Amino acid sequence: MGMTGIEIYKLLPQTNCGDCGVPTCLAFAMKLAAGQAELVKCPHVSEASKEKLDSASAPPVLPVAIGQFKTGGETVLFRHEKTFVNPTGIAVLVTDAMADADVDRKLAAFRDLRYDRVGVLLAADLVAVKSESGDAAAFEKLVQKVAGAVEEGLILMAESADLLSAGLKHVAAKKPLLYAVTKANADAVGTLALDNKCPVAVKGENLDEVIELTQKLASMGLKEIVIDPGSRNMKKAFEDQVVIRRAAVKNSFRPLGYPTIAFPCEMTKDFAEETLFASAFIAKYAGIVVLSDLKGESLFPLLVERMNIFTDPQRPMATEQGIYPVNNPDENSPVLITTNFSLTYFIVSGEIEGSRVPAWLLIMDCEGLSVLTAWAAGKFVADAIAAFVKKCEIADKVKHRSLVIPGYSASISGELEEELKEWKITIGPREAAHIPAFMKQYQP
Amino acid sequence: MAFETPKINYTGKIRGITLGTGPKAVTVGGATAYPFHLFEGTMPHPPRIAMEVYDHRPEEWAEAAIEPFKDVLDDPAAWAQKNVKEYGAELIVLQLASIDPNDMNRPAREAADIAKKVIDAVDVPVILWGVGSHEKDTEVLRIIAEESDGRNLTLGPIEEGDYKQIGAGALAYKHVAVASSPIDVNLAKQLNILLGNLGVPEDKIIIDPTTGPLGYGLEYTYSVMERDRMAALCQEDEKLQYPIICNVGSEVWKIKEAKISESDDPKLGDARERAIAMECVTAASLLLAGADILILRHPESVTRIKKMIKSLME
Repeated sequence: MGMTGIEIYKLLPQTNCGDCGVPTCLAFAMKLAAGQAELVKCPHVSEASKEKLDSASAPPVLPVAIGQFKTGGETVLFRHEKTFVNPTGIAVLVTDAMADADVDRKLAAFRDLRYDRVGVLLAADLVAVKSESGDAAAFEKLVQKVAGAVEEGLILMAESADLLSAGLKHVAAKKPLLYAVTKANADAVGTLALDNKCPVAVKGENLDEVIELTQKLASMGLKEIVIDPGSRNMKKAFEDQVVIRRAAVKNSFRPLGYPTIAFPCEMTKDFAEETLFASAFIAKYAGIVVLSDLKGESLFPLLVERMNIFTDPQRPMATEQGIYPVNNPDENSPVLITTNFSLTYFIVSGEIEGSRVPAWLLIMDCEGLSVLTAWAAGKFVADAIAAFVKKCEIADKVKHRSLVIPGYSASISGELEEELKEWKITIGPREAAHIPAFMKQYQP
Repeated sequence: MAFETPKINYTGKIRGITLGTGPKAVTVGGATAYPFHLFEGTMPHPPRIAMEVYDHRPEEWAEAAIEPFKDVLDDPAAWAQKNVKEYGAELIVLQLASIDPNDMNRPAREAADIAKKVIDAVDVPVILWGVGSHEKDTEVLRIIAEESDGRNLTLGPIEEGDYKQIGAGALAYKHVAVASSPIDVNLAKQLNILLGNLGVPEDKIIIDPTTGPLGYGLEYTYSVMERDRMAALCQEDEKLQYPIICNVGSEVWKIKEAKISESDDPKLGDARERAIAMECVTAASLLLAGADILILRHPESVTRIKKMIKSLME
């Protein structure tokens, strides 16, 4: 919240009634300022004050919902400062100038290209439907077709309010993003968005024009706005993304405090280059990127990048505890154990897979900590490991009783042998890169 | 009233470091602002790409990575020349993979002879990259350093466990030191201080933050690099005002998704294109976080990333 405790206090009833659960209004104000309390706890605050406090507590980049898809809400410039909130939406473009088969193929790719990674579903989020011909009936038909294939997450792109209105006819309930308000159509498209309660994008020739347009829309009562700064040259587009986010976060400059939409598909005809432009916008601040096509070989890298950039830097990614078979192991295959830090899991399982030696990998829940950190925190230690090995029933899967522990855990091997009397403990390599060499000579 | 761009008041600057000698020497660094923030500062030396050469025939590489080099895989010197002449490499990295004590464990003398041939085969700057074994890296890099006295080679990775030995070699024979630390701002700073105390001059240090590839720790490297740059440019942390090198190629091409065939997982699409895209997306992300030198493997990645740098610059 941008206001100080004292500033907030002035807007509260100042009766010290205690109904909010805090003895005094001043103490409650302090908690609000620190983000430790919510205004709804105060039953007596006036509507006028509430409005002021609500707008002051809104994040510097306002949140926008397009159906279930959410963008904006960001509060920082760098991911190490605080987790980025809403991952960049990935949209694919279809137009009424495309052949039906082309549209069908893109919609199929949108539906089918889904990836499961550490229990998280990675997929594109939105379909942008564009009126290229300017024919209202053709646009309406195309939107209907897309809406039939895609649950929600629609962007309607057309130059006039009339066209957008035709596109909106059957899909207003899905709350599509209307693209775009320009200087030429601001009143009409703004009104259309207002009447249908849809989020709306502005497109300016430059940031000055964007500011003019967002101010106009805000004065009309629209809150859910997305910005296209209009730049289609990478250097300028990158600058605009940085400047918009910085103006919002550092200067609390409301006219630029909205999520952005970028169009790599309009910046180059080279699909490989488009992918790289999209990757830059995922790292640096686009709320939505619109691509010309979805292909596994480029979409997958972009989705993984997005996952990396938007993870919580303070909380390690964790893999689920359990027994992971690698390379189809059997009852004679070696058993290795490590912690459930996702990176550890990925790298260790990847190296075992690379060795082509079948093995059982035990992943133990250590709250997502790596081997050394988990050991230091008393989580990856002999008694805990012994308890897990017994509980996970790996003994039912193998005939031998040999367990390989990470090289960095060498110091606990004696203790572990005490705890797991029937098991032989072997110290594996310290670095995952040395696992293939180890696997090739190791016999349980 | 026209909108005024909010600008950052940078107080620091990245040092310019020159690699190699003669007309093909390459200077990196010199930035006075965050990466590609050209509206409020300069990047006098745009990021450069270094192409990999291996000192013995690689095993288990993806088909797409083998293909461009298939006629030179057994001849590192010819490989280096091919990279320069055919693929336009401005820098060569010799990956000393053969010296790994856990693998081939080639004797130091032999490895150094091969390295010398590579160094003499090209006129572009050469970076020598060990395997992270303190003893073996020291043994091999010291011979190489001595035998190419004055060539201004770049030697790495130099870690806290071997900085005295390898650092001394770099110092004595006037080479550039790659100070390598495990994804941590403070450890990076500390190693630079140690190298400074050893007498390694300020214009002979490059930071290796340790590279996590796409999906396997990219976000850690990305954020550590952003924090490095923040400290260097905005908090006048002189010990972090060095160019950054990222060892991207070998990290990306060894991961599972860069190797798996399309028939094994059709949703991942064309295998060659996917691996190149993964190398490029990793490289592009790290460019935006502050990379000054990117080590890449595939010639197509080199072309694409050079183009990307150009697009961000002009």
